[in-house]
Amino acid sequence: MKPDDFSYLAQLVRRRSGLLLPTHKAPLIEGRLASVMRRFGFRSVPALINELRHGHDALARAVSEAMTTNESSFFRDKAAFDKFRDVILPPLISARASSKRLRIWSAACAAGQEAYSIAMILSDLKLQAKGWSIDFFATDLSPEMIARAELGVYSHYEVQRGLATRRLVAHFTQEGASWRIHENLRRMVTFRQFNLLDSYGWLDDLDIVFCRNVLLYFDHKTKTSVLERIAEVLMPDGALLLGHTETPDILPKTFVSLAHAPDFYARARHQVPKLAVVG
Amino acid sequence: MKHCLVVNDSRPIRKVACRILQDLQFKTDEAEDGASALAHCRSQMPELILLDLNMNMNSIEFLKTLRREHGGSRPVVVFCTTENDVARISEALNAGANEYVMKPFDRSIIAAKLAEVGLA
Repeated sequence: MKPDDFSYLAQLVRRRSGLLLPTHKAPLIEGRLASVMRRFGFRSVPALINELRHGHDALARAVSEAMTTNESSFFRDKAAFDKFRDVILPPLISARASSKRLRIWSAACAAGQEAYSIAMILSDLKLQAKGWSIDFFATDLSPEMIARAELGVYSHYEVQRGLATRRLVAHFTQEGASWRIHENLRRMVTFRQFNLLDSYGWLDDLDIVFCRNVLLYFDHKTKTSVLERIAEVLMPDGALLLGHTETPDILPKTFVSLAHAPDFYARARHQVPKLAVVG
Repeated sequence: MKHCLVVNDSRPIRKVACRILQDLQFKTDEAEDGASALAHCRSQMPELILLDLNMNMNSIEFLKTLRREHGGSRPVVVFCTTENDVARISEALNAGANEYVMKPFDRSIIAAKLAEVGLA
């Protein structure tokens, strides 16, 4: 790809989705453009970029969405899910005992494995049978990923990475070589296409936000802006989980890390020990 | 170094499994049928058993017999088989299997399953 085509593409994607496209990833990026080229009938990358320069909005959107990394697996970073279950959830469940309501957001859900992993943990606790209502939103930039997540069908390979066989048997139905998530878990989650740069007006009073392995693709300013807006929609005693490689140096002053739950963060003004001493 | 017994009636598949496990830092031994696998367990109980038997004593019979042996509840038993239907999987779990790998498998699936049972 010509340098000026690459920098045009990088600027466009950064403006639309916040994603940074480093120059050394040009071959990977060209690979990701291939599917968009096929879909829109372009024979070359320069022809596609030329059309982008002329302000083709649907194309620009498709290109931005194609640049996301959709790598995911069930219970990815198992330790974080254990901490979620053992350290983060119990005090929240006590604190919400009167309202019996939990509000959760999986902010970059890809094909839904993270959201369904959380749903399996909640299902083990039988909260809904005890009269709780769970508002569980899962969003992704890519409409294709949201469609896959809503379908809830996973390959032989996907269900064998991170998912205990007991959970597979308990929560999925076999369909040939694929496995379909059970309806009770699928209905627990509301999937929705959403750009993290857009307005968070439809989200509020969240108890738990999972925002893992997405901020690392953003520049510093975008990271800060996203984290500040997450802080605004998070309850004072709520918790944010970041990816294991996303160290606190990216955090604005709005968040502090929780001593007993690595990778989990609380809003800065809140009394941290309440969450941290449990477990 | 942890010790794994690969129990399988196909020699080529035993070799593939052993190579993956050695790569994952296991000492491996092989058994080609249930009787020799039990004999092996009686002399040296492994930490992990990767199990796929179809002939003579099948995997379920072997597992039930093993779990009744002295020290036979200790090893982590992972089924590793082409029989991928849910009834078979449930049967194996109910008989005392810790995990179940559906074929075709590769190194990353084996590694993920061993992490699942705390042996990675």
